[in-house]
Amino acid sequence: MRDTPHQMPEEESPDAIIARVIAAEQAKSQLRLLTCGSVDDGKSTLLGRTLYDADCVYEDQLARLFNESRGRVPEGDLDFALLLDGLMSEREQGITIDVAWRFFETDKRKFVVADCPGHEQYTRNMATGASQADAALLLIDARKGVLTQTRRHAHILALMGIRHVAVAVNKMDLVGFDRTAFERHAAEIADLAEALGFTDAVAIPVSALKGDNVLTRSAAMPWFDGPTIIEWLESVDVAAAVVRGPFRMPVQWVSRAGQDFRGYCGRIVRGRVRPGDELMVTRSGARAVVARIMPEYDLGQAVAGQSVTLVLDRDVDVSRGDVLAAADRPPVIADQFQAHLLSLGEAPMIPGRQYLMRLGTDEVPVSITALKHRIDIDTRAHLAARQLAMNELAVVNLAADRPVAFDPYAENRDMGGFVLVDRITHATVGAGMIDFALRRAGNIPWQAFDTAPDARAAAQGQRPAILWFTGLSGAGKSTIANIVDRKLMATGFHPFVLDGDNVRHGLNRDLGFTEADRVENIRRMAEVAKLMADAGLVVLVCAISPYARDRALAREIAGSHPFYEIFVDAPLTVAEARDPKGLYAKARAGKIANVPGIDVPYEAPEAPELRLTSHDAPAEALADRVLHLLQLGRTLKVTDN
Amino acid sequence: MTVIEAPSRVDERFSHIRRLEAESIAIIREVAACFQRPVLLYSIGKDSSVLLHLAQKAFVPAPLWFPVLHVDTGWKFREMIAHRDSTAARLGFELLVHTNEEAARAGITPFTASSAVYNHAMKTEGLKQAMARWGFDAAIGGARRDEEKSRAKERIFSHRNPAQRWEPKTQRPEFWHAWNTRLAPGESMRVFPLSNWTERDVWDYIWIEGISLVPLYFAKPRLVIRRQDTWIMVDDDRMPLEAGESPEKRSVRFRSIGCYPYTGAIDSTAATLAEILLEMRSTRMSERHGRLIDHDQAGSMERKKQEGYF
Ligand SMILES: Nc1nc2c(ncn2[C@@H]2O[C@H](COP(=O)(O)OP(=O)(O)OP(=O)(O)O)[C@@H](O)[C@H]2O)c(=O)[nH]1
Ligand SMILES: [Mg+2]
Repeated sequence: MRDTPHQMPEEESPDAIIARVIAAEQAKSQLRLLTCGSVDDGKSTLLGRTLYDADCVYEDQLARLFNESRGRVPEGDLDFALLLDGLMSEREQGITIDVAWRFFETDKRKFVVADCPGHEQYTRNMATGASQADAALLLIDARKGVLTQTRRHAHILALMGIRHVAVAVNKMDLVGFDRTAFERHAAEIADLAEALGFTDAVAIPVSALKGDNVLTRSAAMPWFDGPTIIEWLESVDVAAAVVRGPFRMPVQWVSRAGQDFRGYCGRIVRGRVRPGDELMVTRSGARAVVARIMPEYDLGQAVAGQSVTLVLDRDVDVSRGDVLAAADRPPVIADQFQAHLLSLGEAPMIPGRQYLMRLGTDEVPVSITALKHRIDIDTRAHLAARQLAMNELAVVNLAADRPVAFDPYAENRDMGGFVLVDRITHATVGAGMIDFALRRAGNIPWQAFDTAPDARAAAQGQRPAILWFTGLSGAGKSTIANIVDRKLMATGFHPFVLDGDNVRHGLNRDLGFTEADRVENIRRMAEVAKLMADAGLVVLVCAISPYARDRALAREIAGSHPFYEIFVDAPLTVAEARDPKGLYAKARAGKIANVPGIDVPYEAPEAPELRLTSHDAPAEALADRVLHLLQLGRTLKVTDN
Repeated sequence: MTVIEAPSRVDERFSHIRRLEAESIAIIREVAACFQRPVLLYSIGKDSSVLLHLAQKAFVPAPLWFPVLHVDTGWKFREMIAHRDSTAARLGFELLVHTNEEAARAGITPFTASSAVYNHAMKTEGLKQAMARWGFDAAIGGARRDEEKSRAKERIFSHRNPAQRWEPKTQRPEFWHAWNTRLAPGESMRVFPLSNWTERDVWDYIWIEGISLVPLYFAKPRLVIRRQDTWIMVDDDRMPLEAGESPEKRSVRFRSIGCYPYTGAIDSTAATLAEILLEMRSTRMSERHGRLIDHDQAGSMERKKQEGYF
């Protein structure tokens, strides 16, 4: 708003003026930045002040600001944070909870700013802001200096690959604009910046509330000769490095307009492309040459940042999730890799559990195969860990169900940054940055054997299947499975009962009952069940398996074998009255922990193949219902066609 | 006197507006690829017009293949309805229109109900009914983060529970461009491709691309009355006049359009796009200033959004 050149030669028409003005504005460079730092250090205030000084607040908004500021800040000042803190609970508590996205511009640049929360509990929200930014303003309170939360945010900035950081030493008005106070902090900041590899970390003494060194140079701090906040923001050099480097375009959508047209739509995340370039399709390795780029731009080539449609010179198999990449410099393709992982969900992340990974436009199930170490975000120390709580950071190994194409995050954010999605709640529970591929998948090739599964099944005279009995301890899983086993044997089938308790005596002897160990317990049982089914058996698995996710994983491990989830549903009171193993009594007495239904949840299946209410029918009748589910064995019979 | 020289050569691929355009197109394509039954919400205003334009660009040379929905309150300006129908005919997309008939039959109008009740029934409930009626799982809307403070906090892919509520405290974290588009049964997504656009970007883009708009945006003499510090247009004879009120003809235009009884006009003589753009560059008021509904109560937008308002 401030840069409006209205005075113009008489004869110039509005259209001509606008054409000129827009051309000039469009030539402005742009910067995406975030504000971060400890709670109450003045991030929102600084940003609000900047918007105000840059003349980016409308009068009606200002009028409201005047009203609402009363009683919140000293008479005569404005509570600029109110321009940013837009949620009711934020205004009530006077803190920022979620990121606010704001826009402003100066004569030189346009800015997109993420105002991030400082509170430790909302660290993940700060990280989302950092994932979108090129530069950061890190605030500290001149009275307090660098705090734990300041370091934490600085580490996250470094982790997210932000190299341009200005540290605003705020509230200088409260320390009498004292030079030595500032210089003490500046020295500490310089050390931190060096340790984290920030390229141009500058310290600036400011008063967000009064406006000193924000847009205008402070009269109270004549001793400071560095840049003001705005001068720094206008001069940060984040030149479009993404245009250099090998071409990458994750395919979002395949366009079929009419019979002959096949175009691959996506946003270019790296490099440039022109007709005639040879590209590789990552999943198949096929190659093709770019025939046409839509829309057509002047120079005939498209560059990083643009959304385009590419037409190739020949028919190759390309679908969403593929990456079209420079054929001479393809990305890494692997199914196991090391990554830095930030945990975002309420529930802890656990090795062995499966998540859906969203990388570029690809979506693939992955699990954490090793939690190598947790990184203390405050001290950067490496710690041992068995699980990851919300806002915790770790280095992990991940295994994907199939190979994916990526570049290390350090080289390319869009090709190396991913999120993990919970398979049941669909919540975003993790954000990760790939470090490098672990080529172990290539070292243990899958051994192919000559006897096909069908032949094996025919020899046994049955089709293998997995019947997964889940339910509370004492619900009746083993009792029912035992009868089913007997009846199947009697009719000439080959069943086998894999009982959780028995497996814990041998294969799973090393596992306890924590959530992490339960995940591993179920994973191993599912793998064994799968092997037995591969051998041609009908496997009856009895396991409490309290977590829906883990049962979903078991189903997935079963692969093409028929999988029946059988929920043996008994109310806790009934199961507890039976208490065949004395578990509940011990739990109630406080002697043992982690008993599903008592101190850890049992997540009842929402859509099991069969639900048996074990307290209102005899076990024989319930077993018959299982046989009925198998259509009295017909499902298991090998037929000729 | 400041004179801005046209830069010697702007590579338009890198310009601010082309970046915004590219980001929006990527978002729209993502919706197309990841949802079963997407819909584009079309409110006929300038933002919707830009959205529609972008949606078409996203699929060229194919036509826009998902439907466009207008939630009609029954109190839109007549010029809006005419523009809607002519745009649909010209561009050839599938236009769906839904009105909360039940509320209309119950006699809820801007003149008989409070603005909170009216908006909840005709807009929030109307939209929720339409989503359920056609089973949409993703609705693309033209809301921008610069419009309002609680909007500034919203995600691009904004998750809604089965009751279509927005839960500001449990929003899914959004990293890079790795959008989480997964839904459980009954849940839905509201998607905002214009999140990072400002009002000025929208106008600049309309000028650059020559997008056609409802004439209400351009100043001309219109029949108006003064209410609550703004000019309300007497669009049809359903508008009851209070004692002492007599409509007058003034040259006005609208910065934002909706239901005519709630939409204030500003004094202006800007009758062409270029004149509007020039006027925009000197205005001191925000665009929502003219909307009577936002002032109901503090935090009113956040509350409405939680209930399922767009
Ligand atoms: N005296 C003085 N007070 C300030 C200054 N900057 C901010 N404050 C006050 O410090 C308090 C916290 O400011 P906010 O801007 O809300 O802090 P924040 O860093 O955004 O806090 P979170 O987002 O909740 O982490 C408010 O009461 C401000 O008025 C300053 O430069 N001088
Ligand atoms: Mg804040």
